[in-house]
Amino acid sequence: MSDTAIKRTVMAGNEAAATAAKLARVQVIAAYPITPQTSVVEQLSAWVESGELPAEFVTVESEHSALTVCITASTVGARVFTATSANGLAYMTEQVWWAAGARLPIVMCIANRAMAAPWNVLNDQQDSMSVRDAGWIQLYCRDNQEILDTTIQAYRIAEQLHVPVMVCYDGFLLSHTVMPVEVPSAEQVDAYLPPYEPLTVVDPDDPRNIGPVTLADPRANADGVSCHGYMEVRALHQQALLGALETIPAADAEWSELTGREWGGLTWEHLLDDAEVVLVAAGSVGMQLTVAAEALREQGVKAGVLGIRSYRPFPVDALRGKLAGRKLALVFDKALSYGNEGPICGDLKAALYGQPEAPVVFGAVCGLGGRDVTVEQLNDAANRAIADLADGVTDRAADWLNLHL
Amino acid sequence: MTKIIDLPDTSYVLPGNRACAGCGIGIGLRQITAALEGQMVMTVPASCLTVFGGMYPISSVEVPWVNVAFPSTAAAATGLAAGLRATGKADKMTVLAMAGDGGTGDIGIQALSGAAERNEDFIYLCYDNEAYMNTGTQRSGLTPSGARTTTTWAGKRENPKDLPAIMEAHNVPYVASTSAVFPEDVYDKVVKARAIHGLRYIHMNTPCPSGWSFDPKDTVRLGKMAVDAGIVVLYEAAAGEFRLTGRSKTLAKAGLQATVADYVATQGRFKGMTAETIADVQAWVDARWARYLVRDAG
Repeated sequence: MSDTAIKRTVMAGNEAAATAAKLARVQVIAAYPITPQTSVVEQLSAWVESGELPAEFVTVESEHSALTVCITASTVGARVFTATSANGLAYMTEQVWWAAGARLPIVMCIANRAMAAPWNVLNDQQDSMSVRDAGWIQLYCRDNQEILDTTIQAYRIAEQLHVPVMVCYDGFLLSHTVMPVEVPSAEQVDAYLPPYEPLTVVDPDDPRNIGPVTLADPRANADGVSCHGYMEVRALHQQALLGALETIPAADAEWSELTGREWGGLTWEHLLDDAEVVLVAAGSVGMQLTVAAEALREQGVKAGVLGIRSYRPFPVDALRGKLAGRKLALVFDKALSYGNEGPICGDLKAALYGQPEAPVVFGAVCGLGGRDVTVEQLNDAANRAIADLADGVTDRAADWLNLHL
Repeated sequence: MTKIIDLPDTSYVLPGNRACAGCGIGIGLRQITAALEGQMVMTVPASCLTVFGGMYPISSVEVPWVNVAFPSTAAAATGLAAGLRATGKADKMTVLAMAGDGGTGDIGIQALSGAAERNEDFIYLCYDNEAYMNTGTQRSGLTPSGARTTTTWAGKRENPKDLPAIMEAHNVPYVASTSAVFPEDVYDKVVKARAIHGLRYIHMNTPCPSGWSFDPKDTVRLGKMAVDAGIVVLYEAAAGEFRLTGRSKTLAKAGLQATVADYVATQGRFKGMTAETIADVQAWVDARWARYLVRDAG
């Protein structure tokens, strides 16, 4: 394939992720197998082996080491990539925090999978939702084209803000399902993504101690200049995440100028304009919700969909604006904060708290451990929520779809 | 062998650091960084060495230093080496991983074993102060039998695991055992390791006054006594070729100059060690020493 050719093909989500990493000219890849992520790194390994991708491919002995290799390779100035799922992500959790705190622009794809125990290799979003607080940007994809485009965008966002990005997509439903994908040309991606310019300095002629113990309070350096304490470091990290609320849509808009494809930036919507009932979700279930919303419209309900693309940072202002004046927001979570409710539902309630024109927010839990989610079930859930609202209910426990206790 | 008077004057370790008085790390680190002429990047997990390095924004060492999480040292060095190759900077510096005995032999052994099996291109130096000293002297897999720690109040019941032997079993190109109190032995081994590609493992015994409970002025004396008793043995295995070095080489001819009983009597951590346990450890030391002599003759 020449540098200028745009290729239209069909591919699975994992191949789309690998293709994006290759187009981003990643320099170090660290890989450890876990279903359903494995074929991402298998594909990259083949390209490195054949010489098609000039990169270091490190076959580490664990996910903890996979992210560690990305952390230090990124520190010396390489563009890095890894991918994982479920227990693999849980095993690297210590380093998930480290990568973010060290402000390294690592991109990691997550083929979303249920957490054990009991063992289950199928899809839900409990894995990445469980590390939402670690200081990464989290972007959720709804189809394979979005996986490819978002992974490339992720490098641009990460390297602008010096914050790592997780590109999350549903295991099997997207990772192993082939669908049409347009592969941008190397020329397009090179124009979009300049080479990585690290902030970190690893040079014997300019020695630095990177990531040392940092006290709670600011502390003077050898010249008497006050330097940040831990809390200032954390505040700057939060500023960067909030800055992503502008960087993410800008990266999407510039990608759109090059390729003609844009993904909505922070959120996306379907039939939302006059919608009174808004179905909310992240990931591929959002695509199913678009069909459900159309069916509800036929039934006479003014339904629409609001998809969460950026879950971290959580697009509070965008969600407030798009939901103002609606009657009902029904959130479908493929994860749970055990002992409370679905993470997106809880976050949305917090975002809307005290807003004068906020809708009632109900939650639904669906698809855990790969439990099938059908449009009919989504429709039924919407109708139950509408009926509850008509009965004057304004707060209720989550509706578990297709549950047979 | 370099004579102690010929060791380089250049120091990359600044005067003043946060180590305890008498800490053996500083003696070793001066030679390690000098042997690499500062052309290096070191990676350090949570450990006494982190404390030694200082707190932001002040550092006690004038070489690039990347702090990493406790279990990840060898993977961190792997990533540094891979990143330097990928960015065309591999020839500019040697990657040095430096971790304690717990960080190496317990929580870090999985990453180290993986890196060794892949023969990653870095020097891994374990400074062995024989317990989790940075958190206040808890037993590690390398704590000697009989040593009292805050998690073995009656004295540890097991002998330490033999990490250099574990590394030799990985068939890496260079494995060495040294002691921080023999600066010339440390220096020569790091110089030698520097010229070799692949994973080079150096195990450095590092006396710890606070954890072992002895007077800080005695660090060098006790470190030397450990070698004279055959508890710590100076050797190297380069491309599988084993040889005793330095003081241990001398002892191979002269015979051991101290006993386990002499050694344990110098440190508070062994107070309460029974004669029976001392005899068991002596038997363990004698058997090891005999095997080293056979290999050295070999």
